[in-house]
Amino acid sequence: MSGLVLNGITKRFGGLTAVDTVTFTVEPGEVFALVGPNGAGKSTVFNVISRFYTPEEGTASFDGEDLLAHPAHDIAGLGIARTFQNIELFEQATVLQNLLVGRHRHRKTNVLSDLFHLPSVRRDERAHRAAVEDVIDFLDLQPHRDRPIAGLPYGVRKVVELGRALATQPRLLLLDEPASGLSVEETQDMAFWIEDIAKQMGITVLMVEHDMGLVSAVANRVMALADGRELATGTAAEVQSHPAVIEAYLGTGNVRKVAG
Amino acid sequence: MRTLFKTNYDTDIDWFSHPAKLGWYLVLLAAFLALPLYFFWQNDTYLLGEVTSVFIFAIAGLGLMMLTGQTGLASLGHAAFMAIGCYANVLLLNAGVPWLIAFPLAGLIAGALGTFIAMPVMRLHGVYLALATLALSVLMVDFIVLGEDFTGGVAGISVPDISLFGFTVNRYANPYAFYYVVLGVCLITVAFYRNIVRSPTGRSFAAIRDSEISARAMGVDPAKTKALAFFLSCSIAGLAGALFGHNATYVTHETFDIVMSITLLLMIVIGGLGTIHGAFLGAIVVGLIPVIIANARTWLSTSFDITGNIPGIEQAIFAAILIGFILFEPMGLYGRWMKIRTWFDLFPFYRKGLFARQKSYLKTERVQ
Amino acid sequence: MRRLCTCHYDYNIKDFQQFHDEDTYVLDFIQLIVSGIANGCVYGLIALGFVLIYKATEAVNFAQGDFMMLGAFLTVGFANQQFFGLSFWLAVPLAIVVLALISGAFDATVLRRMAGESQVSVVILTIALGFILRFAAGTIWGHEPVSLETPFAGADVRLGGVVLGVDEIATILVTLLLTALLYLFFSKTKLGLAMQAASQNMLAAYYMGVPVKRVQTLVWMLSGAVAAVAGVLFAARGAIDPSAGLLGIKAFAAAAIGGFGSLPGAFVGGLIVGVIEPLAARYGPAGVAQIAPYAILLLVLAFKPGGLFSQTQAKKV
Repeated sequence: MSGLVLNGITKRFGGLTAVDTVTFTVEPGEVFALVGPNGAGKSTVFNVISRFYTPEEGTASFDGEDLLAHPAHDIAGLGIARTFQNIELFEQATVLQNLLVGRHRHRKTNVLSDLFHLPSVRRDERAHRAAVEDVIDFLDLQPHRDRPIAGLPYGVRKVVELGRALATQPRLLLLDEPASGLSVEETQDMAFWIEDIAKQMGITVLMVEHDMGLVSAVANRVMALADGRELATGTAAEVQSHPAVIEAYLGTGNVRKVAG
Repeated sequence: MRTLFKTNYDTDIDWFSHPAKLGWYLVLLAAFLALPLYFFWQNDTYLLGEVTSVFIFAIAGLGLMMLTGQTGLASLGHAAFMAIGCYANVLLLNAGVPWLIAFPLAGLIAGALGTFIAMPVMRLHGVYLALATLALSVLMVDFIVLGEDFTGGVAGISVPDISLFGFTVNRYANPYAFYYVVLGVCLITVAFYRNIVRSPTGRSFAAIRDSEISARAMGVDPAKTKALAFFLSCSIAGLAGALFGHNATYVTHETFDIVMSITLLLMIVIGGLGTIHGAFLGAIVVGLIPVIIANARTWLSTSFDITGNIPGIEQAIFAAILIGFILFEPMGLYGRWMKIRTWFDLFPFYRKGLFARQKSYLKTERVQ
Repeated sequence: MRRLCTCHYDYNIKDFQQFHDEDTYVLDFIQLIVSGIANGCVYGLIALGFVLIYKATEAVNFAQGDFMMLGAFLTVGFANQQFFGLSFWLAVPLAIVVLALISGAFDATVLRRMAGESQVSVVILTIALGFILRFAAGTIWGHEPVSLETPFAGADVRLGGVVLGVDEIATILVTLLLTALLYLFFSKTKLGLAMQAASQNMLAAYYMGVPVKRVQTLVWMLSGAVAAVAGVLFAARGAIDPSAGLLGIKAFAAAAIGGFGSLPGAFVGGLIVGVIEPLAARYGPAGVAQIAPYAILLLVLAFKPGGLFSQTQAKKV
């Protein structure tokens, strides 16, 4: 079985069921979006896939590999990279160093060769740098290359996070609210990049997003969640017009407008 | 101002990004190599000894810097790992192992044993880790007392001389030779340290330091990485401990106590966390304060007829300097140096806010 | 840097070793326990000071032991005949007020600038403060151990064959009362809740109208007051000298054993450390009494990283 397959995933926190028997499949090459009100369990699904959480029930696999059998730090090695809702960059390092950490899963040297800086280390470093420079070119990060993260504006940080995930050369990219806090122009850039990532690089994308404009622009399929349960799955337009979705957004006093 | 045009990736990988930089460090090295000549001319072996201890403290500082500055794990117990290195070295030498083997082996033993001891507490964060290592440091003193048969306990144990290529090096008999031994160890440590920092290993340390959660998402195994950081850090600390033993010539259970652990941490903060320069600058400050106070005391007693020893004054002055640094120069002496250099580089365009950090607010890691 | 290590922060243990043979084994054991509890109460009170500050600011005050020492010396300075010679009942509140002011002033002048800095910087800052307090106390009151002259010095109560010092009973009662009061304060009063809110999300607390800075200074004053009480109780039961602040390290063990964010935890942690010490000294092999508190600390941290009354969970992403 290829692609990401989640089957009956249930995650509880004490008495609260954050994710309730969620089942979906993300086909290779697809852009799949999770939408829903705050607290619907979207980020929890992400955290289950990246193994920060262990679900009480259900199975999760990626390209036939059982995700639940791996610890969190193995997930990148399986070809799954992610970004975070509240940016989690390496603050004291430069943009370049952040992206280079993304290359960690392709590392071939060990601490001994590093200690003596053997020729193999230098060879690998050049190769990693070349790969990172491709990402920098793709995301137009050249002006910020040697700047520490701590001084960068929010919009750039979001792009650096995307870049760090891309530097791992993933097959599946998890984007947790890629457009939150971005300006209209920045959101547009993000939309173009996500399209390029899916179409040109052939990377499968699973994203959580509130901005329905972005979702309808890039997502092939959308799944709406509320209170940890699936409400509807389909194209962006289908999901937006689904009665249960409208109910969830407007009916429960949650006055977030469904844009787009 | 020098603008660096990078023409290939090696510029960012090399030790020195620019020939001029290499030049300055060569000058510095030459100065260190020539330093004993000055002391020989002055016939001042006391001050030479002080310089040698500064280097030893700098090595210990580098060890702690690897852990605290590079990996973000604060240890208040590094004197314990120095103690392991020191006693391992002494025991190996007493068993007849040649120094050239015993000394590096002592470092490795300190690294391995330190990692093993610290393993249960490694997953702790921030203050908890600091506390746990503090407890380790306290326990180590007691273990040295308990392990009297090996360590000499309260009575202490004398440290054999270094024998190197047929020469015997003793801190008092041949202070110049001892200086060069320490300098050599120091240079090798710096080279290794620099190699680690510029490699994937160093980057995984920084990743753990800045965000453990995204480090995991990038495929960095926190447990392994922290263990590795501890191993390298404790190994360097162990080497420093072994040299410290040679420098002291006699060690007891009180040699490597909590105060030394605390001093080490304070030292690298004053110097500047996360930089090699910081370890050296911090060591210089720690080494200089007693000298300055001793001189001040002589001056006070001769000019104002104030005599008498005021206990604790050294620590108090040290602490006052430290508070000043944390409040006004959190990046330490090296940070100050960078600012001064930038001021000259940009003259007359330097503005005050250039190094201003973003205001951040405390947000709990506790989840209710 | 050597001088400090010669401190002996466990002379209270000697009390336990004086009596032997005359009573039965059981009575001996009970007295050992009671003394241990009284000792543990002092640890618990210092730990309470840590926890107060940690709960409200997420900073750890490594100088809490030195605050305790200062509180003891202040009371000695006010009460003892060789200094001011005030009435004991006047000296104690005076010392509490003065120490609360010193502690609050430290927060207002120094720590306020550290908002948002890493915990470790604050740790280092308070370690440095500890050095300065030790130096100050040594310069003012000298380095010889002194005892506090209390009205109940030497008085004891006999229950069956067990002899309990009034000072021991007073220590236990005061500690119990203080822990209970602080616990109620934090869980029931508006100010107490505001203090917790301030630590958990400073910015949000600002927005909700909590005067974060003032609240934090108040917490520091409170913990200063608690430290002064601990100091009085400590000095009443044994001698005090400037390096007595290093007792704080044992109190740390107590606080961490209990879990840093829990007031009852600090109390229980203090009791554990206090009781284990004399028991290990009496029944264990030589040297174990020294090691015991730290060994327990390491064990607790290794198996229950957040302490026995854990509040810490993984960070949310």
